[in-house]
Amino acid sequence: MPATARPLSPHLSIYRWQIQMVTSILHRATGIALAAGTILLVVALLALASGPEAYAKVQAFCASWIGLLLLFGWTWSLAYHLLNGIRHLLQDAGLGYLPAQFVRNGWLVVAGSLVLTALVWVCVFAQRGGA
Amino acid sequence: MTNHGTDMAEFTLPKNSKIKAGKHFPAKSGAKKLRTFRIYRWTPDDGENPRVDTYEVDLAACGPMVLDALIKIKNEIDPTLTFRRSCREGICGSCAMNIDGTNTLACTKAIEDCPSGDVKIYPLPHMPVVKDLVPDLTHFYAQLASVKPWLRAETPPPPDKERLQSKEDRAKLDGLYECILCACCTTSCPSYWWNSERYLGPAVLLQAYRWIVDSRDEDTGARLDELEDPFKLYRCHTIMNCARTCPKGLNPAKAIAETKKLIAERAG
Repeated sequence: MPATARPLSPHLSIYRWQIQMVTSILHRATGIALAAGTILLVVALLALASGPEAYAKVQAFCASWIGLLLLFGWTWSLAYHLLNGIRHLLQDAGLGYLPAQFVRNGWLVVAGSLVLTALVWVCVFAQRGGA
Repeated sequence: MTNHGTDMAEFTLPKNSKIKAGKHFPAKSGAKKLRTFRIYRWTPDDGENPRVDTYEVDLAACGPMVLDALIKIKNEIDPTLTFRRSCREGICGSCAMNIDGTNTLACTKAIEDCPSGDVKIYPLPHMPVVKDLVPDLTHFYAQLASVKPWLRAETPPPPDKERLQSKEDRAKLDGLYECILCACCTTSCPSYWWNSERYLGPAVLLQAYRWIVDSRDEDTGARLDELEDPFKLYRCHTIMNCARTCPKGLNPAKAIAETKKLIAERAG
Protein backbone atom coordinates (compact mmCIF):
# COMPACT_ATOMS: atom_id res chain seq x y z
CA MET A 1 0.00 0.00 0.00
CA PRO A 2 1.42 3.45 -0.87
CA ALA A 3 1.53 6.10 1.85
CA THR A 4 -1.34 7.89 0.14
CA ALA A 5 -4.36 5.81 -0.83
CA ARG A 6 -4.60 5.50 -4.57
CA PRO A 7 -7.34 7.58 -6.19
CA LEU A 8 -9.98 5.95 -8.36
CA SER A 9 -9.74 7.09 -11.97
CA PRO A 10 -12.81 8.94 -13.27
CA HIS A 11 -15.40 6.87 -15.17
CA LEU A 12 -19.02 8.02 -15.78
CA SER A 13 -17.97 11.67 -15.76
CA ILE A 14 -15.39 11.26 -18.54
CA TYR A 15 -16.60 8.36 -20.71
CA ARG A 16 -18.18 9.54 -23.95
CA TRP A 17 -21.92 8.87 -24.01
CA GLN A 18 -22.49 6.65 -27.02
CA ILE A 19 -25.80 5.17 -28.17
CA GLN A 20 -25.12 1.67 -26.76
CA MET A 21 -24.55 3.04 -23.26
CA VAL A 22 -27.64 5.27 -23.49
CA THR A 23 -29.96 2.46 -24.65
CA SER A 24 -28.67 0.23 -21.86
CA ILE A 25 -29.31 2.69 -19.03
CA LEU A 26 -32.69 3.63 -20.57
CA HIS A 27 -33.73 -0.03 -20.48
CA ARG A 28 -33.18 -0.05 -16.74
CA ALA A 29 -34.78 3.35 -16.22
CA THR A 30 -37.89 2.46 -18.23
CA GLY A 31 -38.13 -0.87 -16.38
CA ILE A 32 -38.21 1.01 -13.07
CA ALA A 33 -40.71 3.53 -14.49
CA LEU A 34 -42.99 0.69 -15.61
CA ALA A 35 -42.87 -0.90 -12.16
CA ALA A 36 -43.69 2.45 -10.55
CA GLY A 37 -46.46 2.98 -13.09
CA THR A 38 -48.25 -0.16 -11.94
CA ILE A 39 -48.99 1.68 -8.68
CA LEU A 40 -51.16 4.07 -10.68
CA LEU A 41 -52.85 1.08 -12.31
CA VAL A 42 -53.59 -0.46 -8.89
CA VAL A 43 -54.95 2.87 -7.64
CA ALA A 44 -57.23 3.05 -10.70
CA LEU A 45 -58.47 -0.52 -10.13
CA LEU A 46 -59.08 0.09 -6.43
CA ALA A 47 -60.98 3.27 -7.28
CA LEU A 48 -63.03 1.38 -9.84
CA ALA A 49 -63.96 -1.15 -7.16
CA SER A 50 -64.85 1.53 -4.61
CA GLY A 51 -67.39 3.32 -6.73
CA PRO A 52 -68.06 6.05 -9.27
CA GLU A 53 -66.98 8.96 -7.01
CA ALA A 54 -63.52 7.50 -6.34
CA TYR A 55 -63.10 6.59 -9.99
CA ALA A 56 -64.05 10.10 -11.09
CA LYS A 57 -61.18 11.41 -8.96
CA VAL A 58 -58.73 9.09 -10.71
CA GLN A 59 -60.13 10.13 -14.07
CA ALA A 60 -59.74 13.78 -13.17
CA PHE A 61 -56.13 13.17 -12.09
CA CYS A 62 -55.35 11.33 -15.32
CA ALA A 63 -56.83 14.18 -17.36
CA SER A 64 -54.80 16.82 -15.51
CA TRP A 65 -51.54 17.95 -17.11
CA ILE A 66 -49.42 16.05 -14.59
CA GLY A 67 -51.55 12.94 -15.08
CA LEU A 68 -51.20 13.20 -18.84
CA LEU A 69 -47.46 13.70 -18.48
CA LEU A 70 -47.18 10.55 -16.33
CA LEU A 71 -49.32 8.53 -18.73
CA PHE A 72 -47.32 9.82 -21.68
CA GLY A 73 -44.04 8.88 -19.95
CA TRP A 74 -45.46 5.50 -19.05
CA THR A 75 -46.50 4.84 -22.64
CA TRP A 76 -43.06 5.75 -23.91
CA SER A 77 -41.43 3.58 -21.22
CA LEU A 78 -43.57 0.65 -22.32
CA ALA A 79 -42.81 1.20 -26.02
CA TYR A 80 -39.09 1.57 -25.38
CA HIS A 81 -38.82 -1.35 -22.97
CA LEU A 82 -40.78 -3.56 -25.37
CA LEU A 83 -38.69 -2.75 -28.46
CA ASN A 84 -35.37 -2.86 -26.62
CA GLY A 85 -36.50 -6.08 -24.95
CA ILE A 86 -36.93 -7.63 -28.40
CA ARG A 87 -33.41 -6.46 -29.21
CA HIS A 88 -32.15 -8.15 -26.03
CA LEU A 89 -33.88 -11.38 -27.06
CA LEU A 90 -32.09 -11.29 -30.42
CA GLN A 91 -28.81 -10.59 -28.64
CA ASP A 92 -29.37 -13.60 -26.39
CA ALA A 93 -29.57 -15.62 -29.62
CA GLY A 94 -26.16 -14.22 -30.58
CA LEU A 95 -27.41 -11.68 -33.14
CA GLY A 96 -26.53 -8.01 -33.63
CA TYR A 97 -23.08 -7.85 -32.05
CA LEU A 98 -21.17 -5.96 -34.74
CA PRO A 99 -20.68 -2.31 -33.72
CA ALA A 100 -22.37 -1.11 -36.93
CA GLN A 101 -25.38 -3.33 -36.11
CA PHE A 102 -25.88 -2.36 -32.48
CA VAL A 103 -25.36 1.33 -33.20
CA ARG A 104 -28.03 1.17 -35.93
CA ASN A 105 -30.39 -1.01 -33.87
CA GLY A 106 -30.01 1.27 -30.86
CA TRP A 107 -31.11 4.30 -32.85
CA LEU A 108 -33.93 2.25 -34.43
CA VAL A 109 -35.26 1.33 -30.99
CA VAL A 110 -35.15 4.95 -29.82
CA ALA A 111 -36.90 6.17 -32.98
CA GLY A 112 -39.37 3.27 -32.94
CA SER A 113 -40.34 3.94 -29.32
CA LEU A 114 -41.13 7.57 -30.16
CA VAL A 115 -43.21 6.53 -33.18
CA LEU A 116 -45.14 3.92 -31.15
CA THR A 117 -45.81 6.44 -28.38
CA ALA A 118 -46.99 9.02 -30.88
CA LEU A 119 -49.31 6.45 -32.51
CA VAL A 120 -50.89 5.53 -29.18
CA TRP A 121 -51.53 9.16 -28.29
CA VAL A 122 -52.82 10.07 -31.72
CA CYS A 123 -55.38 7.29 -31.18
CA VAL A 124 -56.18 8.55 -27.66
CA PHE A 125 -56.78 12.13 -28.80
CA ALA A 126 -58.66 11.03 -31.92
CA GLN A 127 -61.05 9.00 -29.77
CA ARG A 128 -61.46 11.85 -27.33
CA GLY A 129 -62.19 14.28 -30.14
CA GLY A 130 -64.73 11.86 -31.65
CA ALA A 131 -66.49 11.21 -28.33
CA MET B 1 -9.98 -1.97 1.35
CA THR B 2 -9.85 -0.86 -2.23
CA ASN B 3 -11.83 1.93 -3.76
CA HIS B 4 -13.79 -0.33 -6.04
CA GLY B 5 -16.03 -3.30 -5.59
CA THR B 6 -18.34 -2.21 -2.84
CA ASP B 7 -21.73 -3.90 -2.98
CA MET B 8 -23.58 -0.85 -4.18
CA ALA B 9 -22.57 0.92 -7.36
CA GLU B 10 -21.04 4.29 -6.52
CA PHE B 11 -21.56 6.76 -9.32
CA THR B 12 -19.41 9.54 -7.90
CA LEU B 13 -15.71 9.58 -7.16
CA PRO B 14 -14.42 9.13 -3.59
CA LYS B 15 -13.19 12.27 -1.84
CA ASN B 16 -9.50 11.61 -2.51
CA SER B 17 -10.21 11.09 -6.22
CA LYS B 18 -12.07 14.30 -7.05
CA ILE B 19 -10.27 16.22 -9.74
CA LYS B 20 -8.90 19.70 -9.04
CA ALA B 21 -7.79 22.38 -11.49
CA GLY B 22 -4.19 21.90 -12.61
CA LYS B 23 -1.26 23.75 -14.10
CA HIS B 24 -1.09 25.37 -17.51
CA PHE B 25 1.95 24.96 -19.76
CA PRO B 26 1.66 27.48 -22.63
CA ALA B 27 3.48 26.86 -25.90
CA LYS B 28 6.78 28.57 -26.57
CA SER B 29 6.51 31.51 -28.96
CA GLY B 30 6.87 30.63 -32.62
CA ALA B 31 4.66 27.54 -32.47
CA LYS B 32 2.91 26.98 -35.79
CA LYS B 33 0.13 24.47 -35.27
CA LEU B 34 -1.13 24.50 -31.69
CA ARG B 35 -3.22 21.80 -30.08
CA THR B 36 -4.12 21.71 -26.40
CA PHE B 37 -3.88 18.48 -24.41
CA ARG B 38 -5.68 18.19 -21.07
CA ILE B 39 -4.08 15.38 -19.08
CA TYR B 40 -5.00 13.73 -15.78
CA ARG B 41 -2.22 13.96 -13.20
CA TRP B 42 -1.76 12.36 -9.79
CA THR B 43 1.34 11.59 -7.80
CA PRO B 44 1.50 9.64 -4.53
CA ASP B 45 4.24 11.97 -3.27
CA ASP B 46 2.46 15.18 -2.26
CA GLY B 47 -0.83 14.10 -0.68
CA GLU B 48 -2.80 16.22 -3.16
CA ASN B 49 -5.91 15.24 -5.10
CA PRO B 50 -5.69 14.44 -8.83
CA ARG B 51 -5.68 17.41 -11.20
CA VAL B 52 -5.89 18.04 -14.94
CA ASP B 53 -2.87 19.83 -16.43
CA THR B 54 -3.06 21.67 -19.74
CA TYR B 55 -0.25 21.46 -22.29
CA GLU B 56 -0.04 23.37 -25.54
CA VAL B 57 1.83 21.34 -28.15
CA ASP B 58 3.12 22.47 -31.54
CA LEU B 59 1.86 19.74 -33.87
CA ALA B 60 4.12 21.09 -36.64
CA ALA B 61 7.01 19.53 -34.71
CA CYS B 62 5.26 16.40 -33.42
CA GLY B 63 4.53 12.89 -34.70
CA PRO B 64 0.97 12.03 -35.76
CA MET B 65 -0.16 9.86 -32.85
CA VAL B 66 -1.37 10.78 -29.37
CA LEU B 67 1.60 8.80 -28.00
CA ASP B 68 3.94 11.06 -30.00
CA ALA B 69 2.42 14.07 -28.28
CA LEU B 70 2.75 12.45 -24.83
CA ILE B 71 6.41 11.64 -25.48
CA LYS B 72 7.00 15.18 -26.76
CA ILE B 73 5.42 16.64 -23.63
CA LYS B 74 7.57 14.40 -21.42
CA ASN B 75 10.76 15.20 -23.35
CA GLU B 76 10.30 18.92 -23.88
CA ILE B 77 7.70 20.36 -21.50
CA ASP B 78 7.20 18.32 -18.32
CA PRO B 79 9.46 15.36 -17.53
CA THR B 80 7.27 14.38 -14.55
CA LEU B 81 4.42 13.20 -16.82
CA THR B 82 4.12 9.44 -16.31
CA PHE B 83 2.62 6.86 -18.68
CA ARG B 84 3.32 3.33 -19.89
CA ARG B 85 4.44 2.71 -23.45
CA SER B 86 6.59 0.23 -25.27
CA CYS B 87 6.04 -1.06 -28.80
CA ARG B 88 4.41 2.06 -30.34
CA GLU B 89 2.62 -0.16 -32.86
CA GLY B 90 -0.45 -1.51 -31.12
CA ILE B 91 0.82 -4.93 -30.12
CA CYS B 92 1.99 -4.57 -26.51
CA GLY B 93 -1.08 -2.86 -25.08
CA SER B 94 0.94 -0.75 -22.62
CA CYS B 95 -0.33 2.69 -23.63
CA ALA B 96 -4.04 1.90 -23.15
CA MET B 97 -5.80 5.00 -21.80
CA ASN B 98 -8.97 7.04 -22.13
CA ILE B 99 -8.50 9.49 -25.00
CA ASP B 100 -11.23 11.88 -26.01
CA GLY B 101 -13.80 9.92 -24.00
CA THR B 102 -13.16 6.37 -25.12
CA ASN B 103 -10.52 3.79 -24.28
CA THR B 104 -7.85 3.10 -26.86
CA LEU B 105 -4.12 2.82 -27.43
CA ALA B 106 -2.26 6.15 -27.54
CA CYS B 107 0.13 4.73 -30.15
CA THR B 108 -2.56 3.87 -32.73
CA LYS B 109 -4.85 6.85 -32.08
CA ALA B 110 -4.10 9.70 -34.46
CA ILE B 111 -4.26 13.20 -32.97
CA GLU B 112 -6.23 14.37 -36.00
CA ASP B 113 -8.86 11.69 -35.30
CA CYS B 114 -9.69 13.43 -32.02
CA PRO B 115 -12.56 15.87 -32.66
CA SER B 116 -11.69 19.55 -32.61
CA GLY B 117 -11.19 21.13 -29.22
CA ASP B 118 -8.83 20.01 -26.50
CA VAL B 119 -7.57 16.43 -26.49
CA LYS B 120 -8.57 15.01 -23.09
CA ILE B 121 -6.53 12.14 -21.73
CA TYR B 122 -7.34 10.13 -18.59
CA PRO B 123 -6.13 6.80 -17.23
CA LEU B 124 -8.32 3.74 -17.95
CA PRO B 125 -11.63 4.39 -16.13
CA HIS B 126 -12.58 3.21 -12.63
CA MET B 127 -9.15 1.83 -11.73
CA PRO B 128 -6.82 2.59 -8.82
CA VAL B 129 -4.18 5.02 -10.11
CA VAL B 130 -0.48 4.30 -9.52
CA LYS B 131 0.61 7.62 -11.02
CA ASP B 132 -0.76 9.94 -13.74
CA LEU B 133 -1.89 7.72 -16.65
CA VAL B 134 -0.71 4.46 -15.06
CA PRO B 135 -3.53 2.32 -13.63
CA ASP B 136 -3.00 -0.58 -11.22
CA LEU B 137 -3.81 -3.73 -13.22
CA THR B 138 -3.05 -6.23 -10.43
CA HIS B 139 -6.67 -7.27 -9.98
CA PHE B 140 -7.21 -7.51 -13.75
CA TYR B 141 -4.24 -9.88 -14.09
CA ALA B 142 -5.41 -11.94 -11.10
CA GLN B 143 -8.79 -12.35 -12.78
CA LEU B 144 -7.06 -13.49 -15.98
CA ALA B 145 -5.03 -16.06 -14.00
CA SER B 146 -8.26 -17.30 -12.39
CA VAL B 147 -9.58 -18.66 -15.72
CA LYS B 148 -6.32 -20.61 -16.23
CA PRO B 149 -5.78 -19.33 -19.77
CA TRP B 150 -3.62 -22.15 -21.04
CA LEU B 151 -4.16 -25.51 -22.72
CA ARG B 152 -5.68 -27.98 -20.28
CA ALA B 153 -5.42 -31.55 -21.66
CA GLU B 154 -5.19 -35.04 -20.17
CA THR B 155 -4.02 -36.60 -23.41
CA PRO B 156 -0.26 -36.33 -23.83
CA PRO B 157 0.89 -34.56 -26.99
CA PRO B 158 1.98 -36.80 -29.90
CA PRO B 159 5.65 -37.74 -29.46
CA ASP B 160 6.67 -36.67 -32.97
CA LYS B 161 4.61 -33.59 -33.68
CA GLU B 162 2.57 -30.73 -32.22
CA ARG B 163 -1.09 -31.00 -31.26
CA LEU B 164 -2.71 -30.32 -34.62
CA GLN B 165 -6.15 -28.99 -35.44
CA SER B 166 -8.13 -28.67 -38.66
CA LYS B 167 -8.19 -25.39 -40.55
CA GLU B 168 -11.85 -24.99 -39.55
CA ASP B 169 -11.04 -25.46 -35.87
CA ARG B 170 -8.12 -23.08 -36.13
CA ALA B 171 -10.40 -20.48 -37.75
CA LYS B 172 -12.56 -20.50 -34.60
CA LEU B 173 -9.69 -18.75 -32.80
CA ASP B 174 -9.65 -15.82 -35.22
CA GLY B 175 -10.90 -12.68 -33.51
CA LEU B 176 -9.81 -14.13 -30.15
CA TYR B 177 -6.08 -14.88 -30.30
CA GLU B 178 -5.34 -11.29 -31.38
CA CYS B 179 -6.29 -9.90 -27.96
CA ILE B 180 -3.33 -8.05 -26.44
CA LEU B 181 -4.84 -7.72 -22.94
CA CYS B 182 -4.62 -3.93 -22.92
CA ALA B 183 -7.75 -3.76 -20.69
CA CYS B 184 -9.43 -1.09 -22.84
CA CYS B 185 -12.63 -3.18 -23.08
CA THR B 186 -12.80 -4.26 -19.45
CA THR B 187 -12.38 -0.72 -18.14
CA SER B 188 -14.96 0.65 -20.62
CA CYS B 189 -17.65 -1.61 -19.17
CA PRO B 190 -20.09 -0.01 -16.70
CA SER B 191 -20.90 -3.47 -15.33
CA TYR B 192 -17.21 -3.89 -14.54
CA TRP B 193 -17.08 -0.42 -12.98
CA TRP B 194 -19.78 -1.37 -10.48
CA ASN B 195 -18.86 -5.06 -9.94
CA SER B 196 -15.16 -5.49 -10.67
CA GLU B 197 -14.60 -7.58 -7.54
CA ARG B 198 -16.83 -10.36 -8.84
CA TYR B 199 -17.49 -9.78 -12.56
CA LEU B 200 -14.59 -11.01 -14.71
CA GLY B 201 -15.07 -8.36 -17.40
CA PRO B 202 -14.92 -8.59 -21.21
CA ALA B 203 -11.15 -9.13 -21.74
CA VAL B 204 -10.89 -12.05 -19.31
CA LEU B 205 -14.14 -13.60 -20.59
CA LEU B 206 -12.86 -13.35 -24.17
CA GLN B 207 -9.69 -15.15 -23.04
CA ALA B 208 -11.78 -17.81 -21.32
CA TYR B 209 -13.81 -18.33 -24.51
CA ARG B 210 -10.59 -18.52 -26.55
CA TRP B 211 -9.81 -21.78 -24.67
CA ILE B 212 -13.41 -22.99 -24.56
CA VAL B 213 -13.56 -23.10 -28.37
CA ASP B 214 -10.03 -24.43 -28.86
CA SER B 215 -10.43 -27.97 -30.29
CA ARG B 216 -7.20 -29.06 -28.58
CA ASP B 217 -8.41 -28.16 -25.09
CA GLU B 218 -9.99 -31.01 -23.11
CA ASP B 219 -11.40 -29.14 -20.14
CA THR B 220 -14.35 -27.35 -21.78
CA GLY B 221 -16.92 -28.63 -19.28
CA ALA B 222 -14.92 -27.47 -16.28
CA ARG B 223 -14.27 -24.12 -17.94
CA LEU B 224 -18.02 -23.59 -18.42
CA ASP B 225 -18.69 -24.76 -14.83
CA GLU B 226 -16.24 -22.17 -13.53
CA LEU B 227 -17.98 -19.38 -15.46
CA GLU B 228 -21.57 -20.38 -14.65
CA ASP B 229 -22.00 -17.83 -11.90
CA PRO B 230 -24.35 -14.86 -11.49
CA PHE B 231 -21.41 -12.47 -11.24
CA LYS B 232 -18.36 -13.88 -13.06
CA LEU B 233 -20.17 -14.16 -16.40
CA TYR B 234 -23.75 -12.97 -16.12
CA ARG B 235 -23.00 -9.40 -15.05
CA CYS B 236 -22.59 -8.84 -18.80
CA HIS B 237 -25.78 -7.01 -19.78
CA THR B 238 -24.68 -6.56 -23.42
CA ILE B 239 -24.00 -2.85 -23.02
CA MET B 240 -21.43 -3.30 -25.87
CA ASN B 241 -18.95 -0.60 -24.83
CA CYS B 242 -16.28 -3.34 -25.07
CA ALA B 243 -16.95 -4.13 -28.73
CA ARG B 244 -17.09 -0.46 -29.65
CA THR B 245 -13.83 0.47 -27.94
CA CYS B 246 -11.48 -2.48 -28.67
CA PRO B 247 -8.42 -0.97 -30.42
CA LYS B 248 -7.85 -4.31 -32.18
CA GLY B 249 -11.39 -4.48 -33.57
CA LEU B 250 -12.25 -7.62 -31.56
CA ASN B 251 -15.66 -8.40 -30.09
CA PRO B 252 -15.60 -9.48 -26.43
CA ALA B 253 -19.40 -9.08 -26.19
CA LYS B 254 -19.84 -11.70 -28.90
CA ALA B 255 -17.42 -14.09 -27.15
CA ILE B 256 -19.45 -13.67 -23.94
CA ALA B 257 -22.72 -14.28 -25.83
CA GLU B 258 -21.31 -17.49 -27.33
CA THR B 259 -20.22 -18.65 -23.86
CA LYS B 260 -23.71 -18.00 -22.48
CA LYS B 261 -25.17 -19.94 -25.43
CA LEU B 262 -22.90 -22.94 -24.76
CA ILE B 263 -23.98 -23.00 -21.12
CA ALA B 264 -27.67 -22.75 -22.12
CA GLU B 265 -27.29 -25.47 -24.77
CA ARG B 266 -25.61 -28.00 -22.50
CA ALA B 267 -28.38 -27.46 -19.93
CA GLY B 268 -30.66 -28.82 -22.67
